[in-house]
Amino acid sequence: MDWRRFAIIAFVIAIMFGTVVLVGSSQNSPLVIITSMLATTIAVATPLTLGALSGLYCERSGVVNIGIEGMMLGAAFFGWLASIYMNTIFHMAPLVSLITGVIVAMLTGGLFALLHAALSITFKVDQIIGGTVINILAIGITGFLNRQMFFGAGSVFGGQIPHAPGVLPRIAIPLLSKIPVVGRIFVQQPITWAALILVVVTHFVIFKTRWGLRTRAVGEHPRAADTVGINVTRMRYLNVIIGGMLAGLGGGFLTLESISSFEPLMTNGRGFIALAAMIFGNWTPFGAWSAALVFGAAQALQINLQFFRTLIPPQLAILQNSYVVGLAPYILTMLILTGLIGKTIPPAADGQPYIK
Amino acid sequence: MADNTIVLQAKDITKRFPGVLANDKVNFDLRKGEIHALLGENGAGKTTLMNILYGLYLPDSGEIQVNGQPAVIHSPKDSIALGIGMVHQHFMLIPVFTVAENIMLGEETVRYGMVLDQKAVANRVRELSKQYGLEVNPETLVGQLSVGVQQRVEIVKALYRNAQILILDEPTAVLTPQEADELFVIMRELTKRGVSIIFITHKLKEVLAVADRITAMRRGEVVGTTTPAETDEHKLASMMVGREVILTVEKAPAKPTEVVLNVENLTIEDDRGVEVVRQLGLEVRAGEILGIAGVQGNGQTELVEALTGLRKRKSGKVVLNGKEIPELRPRLNVEAGQAHIPEDRHKHGLVLSFSIADNEVLCTYYQPPFAHGLQRDQKAVLENAIKLVERFDIRTPSPLLPASKLSGGNQQKAIVARELIRPIHLLVANQPTRGLDVGSIEYIHRQIVDMRDRGVAVLLVSAELDEITSLSDRIAVMFHGQIVATMEADKATRSELGLLMAGATSVVPDQVPS
Repeated sequence: MDWRRFAIIAFVIAIMFGTVVLVGSSQNSPLVIITSMLATTIAVATPLTLGALSGLYCERSGVVNIGIEGMMLGAAFFGWLASIYMNTIFHMAPLVSLITGVIVAMLTGGLFALLHAALSITFKVDQIIGGTVINILAIGITGFLNRQMFFGAGSVFGGQIPHAPGVLPRIAIPLLSKIPVVGRIFVQQPITWAALILVVVTHFVIFKTRWGLRTRAVGEHPRAADTVGINVTRMRYLNVIIGGMLAGLGGGFLTLESISSFEPLMTNGRGFIALAAMIFGNWTPFGAWSAALVFGAAQALQINLQFFRTLIPPQLAILQNSYVVGLAPYILTMLILTGLIGKTIPPAADGQPYIK
Repeated sequence: MADNTIVLQAKDITKRFPGVLANDKVNFDLRKGEIHALLGENGAGKTTLMNILYGLYLPDSGEIQVNGQPAVIHSPKDSIALGIGMVHQHFMLIPVFTVAENIMLGEETVRYGMVLDQKAVANRVRELSKQYGLEVNPETLVGQLSVGVQQRVEIVKALYRNAQILILDEPTAVLTPQEADELFVIMRELTKRGVSIIFITHKLKEVLAVADRITAMRRGEVVGTTTPAETDEHKLASMMVGREVILTVEKAPAKPTEVVLNVENLTIEDDRGVEVVRQLGLEVRAGEILGIAGVQGNGQTELVEALTGLRKRKSGKVVLNGKEIPELRPRLNVEAGQAHIPEDRHKHGLVLSFSIADNEVLCTYYQPPFAHGLQRDQKAVLENAIKLVERFDIRTPSPLLPASKLSGGNQQKAIVARELIRPIHLLVANQPTRGLDVGSIEYIHRQIVDMRDRGVAVLLVSAELDEITSLSDRIAVMFHGQIVATMEADKATRSELGLLMAGATSVVPDQVPS
């Protein structure tokens, strides 16, 4: 990550925060608004951060993964399903049910990733097609099972929406969370904390460890890695599976941490936005995270503006239309992907199967 | 120096690929502290044999012994453990990694079981580079190093793994003559310290200069083993090819006439936006061959692409037969009488999945007799192909076979046929004989000289200095995107050219012509 890129990110986030502060300052102090924006931004950015880290492990090892969207969707569904089973059928405590849900979500992501790995590494299927298969598969499976299990006559839950175990509890950082006003930022739910920790861990793993060196080597020049005795296939499989599990964690965020229900297609393009964040972050964890924050800020803008809708001045009436504001993340994605905001350099062997 | 202990022995190695017997009962041995050259044309099976010794391929049958013990080599890991190191023809280095990272890859020194110990590795690298006189800085990114230094990194990488047997696969292909000489000094130094070296090459002069013993291979078989004292260039060449070879191209003095190609102030950027050709000017006259010498990567590729309309020009003028040629209009170039033998015959020379017949009309398919209006005339296309296959000796069972089925030499002949059969004024040939067997090289050189004699202007770009000196009438040396010198071919010496290729601005008069 170069400083120019960070500067662009800081600038874009500042504009979004500034907009809300400007609109809402007659009702709330700017500090309250900024805190609220920050807290929302970090939380909303979580699935994007995890998705971006997922893509990072895959692509650093040389496998393009556009199936993150599907992995998240599948994980969101199966994680949620597991938590409901635990809660209503096995009568476990809500927290135990939710933790089981998180584990199942990660395993689901890992399994989808195993499929992607087999397709793209062993069978050398075009990796874009492999990813598309995952996306379509996930939409089909989750949509079908959702209807069959919850809505059909004679379905598992008898057509009744079961009692979900709620969402994961907030964890407050001692002391920091006690700071007046700003303290709110330090009260977040577990997957959000996990995502932040994983950003640091991933940076360390990719750039400071043996595992990371070998991962980058197979993503840059697999033959060179092969000639020094590194098993290219194994490295790629494991990294893709790690990536899948992170995407699964991101999916779990949606149904176990954010809201306590599942809707078909609920990932709503987050997997793709996550990939855009990874690309904008130039395949580095901190870069990807800060890019995810931009998208998070765009969503926070939309959410926070709704509180102040009546205050929006007539000349900015366009901001009253939540569709227009809601489009911001997608427009950003397009801008970034068309390369308007600086050139990015992918790993040299990204997307190329290794043929001995 | 060499004693007679045999450190590595390959017995009756056979390796078959679909349709090819790459190694046929090959026997080869290496003595401690010697440089054993393995000589052969492309496709003779040298690289296959070395890949077997290094564990990249498994032999179908045969036995390998290392230090007298039978060795099982299933992967590079096994060969590294046995003390075998290999410097591949295409370097196995990662440009975005530092020297130290590249060297340690696969043999990392770690703390706490996983954290890289960059410092320890850097120290070890410094130690090795001092011990063997191989200067490298462990902290530099490999992508910023020159090819010669990258090769040094590869050698240190092998020594880092305690290699006692070093395989060098075509190590001089990418070097200037001076860099090659430096490499030979390093090789001698290594053998003094007990390292044994297998030196793979197809350059006869180098073999005679540096090897203790020479083994020649042809079509997967070992032809014989000899020493530099017992042999000479001609004997080696006929061992390699299996018949008498004319090593020099016979040609009459050139009779250049009017200027055909005139290039002025040409500046070109590469894909990353870096200026790789700067303010370049040159002219080629009808009836002469202008050879562009230079180490690969000094802008030759981009220059040829710009001249043939395949790459944008940042500034500058290209005039062909008195008419300025607009950029990025390759068809206009073709119609103005320019022929192009591209550097990469698979990427830019042929459509591999098309038939040979279709490939032969790639420049002219839209003109009569191959097309009338919107309709193509397949019969004319086929007749044309049959004629060219016959005339240019393209060995194929049928002109309707996809071009991918031809051997490299025949693919190149197919391109030459397509380009030279048209009425042309200018031939731009970039690496026209790269990777070809001696027979095809002879043939293509003959064709190029014939075109010159018929009054075509020829611009020849090659990284093989021998090719440049034997074909050219005038030689221009390219360095860092500029022509640093132009001279008459018969007045140029190898060492002078080598210095210019390495970027020396003024050349001291040559004392010992080589």
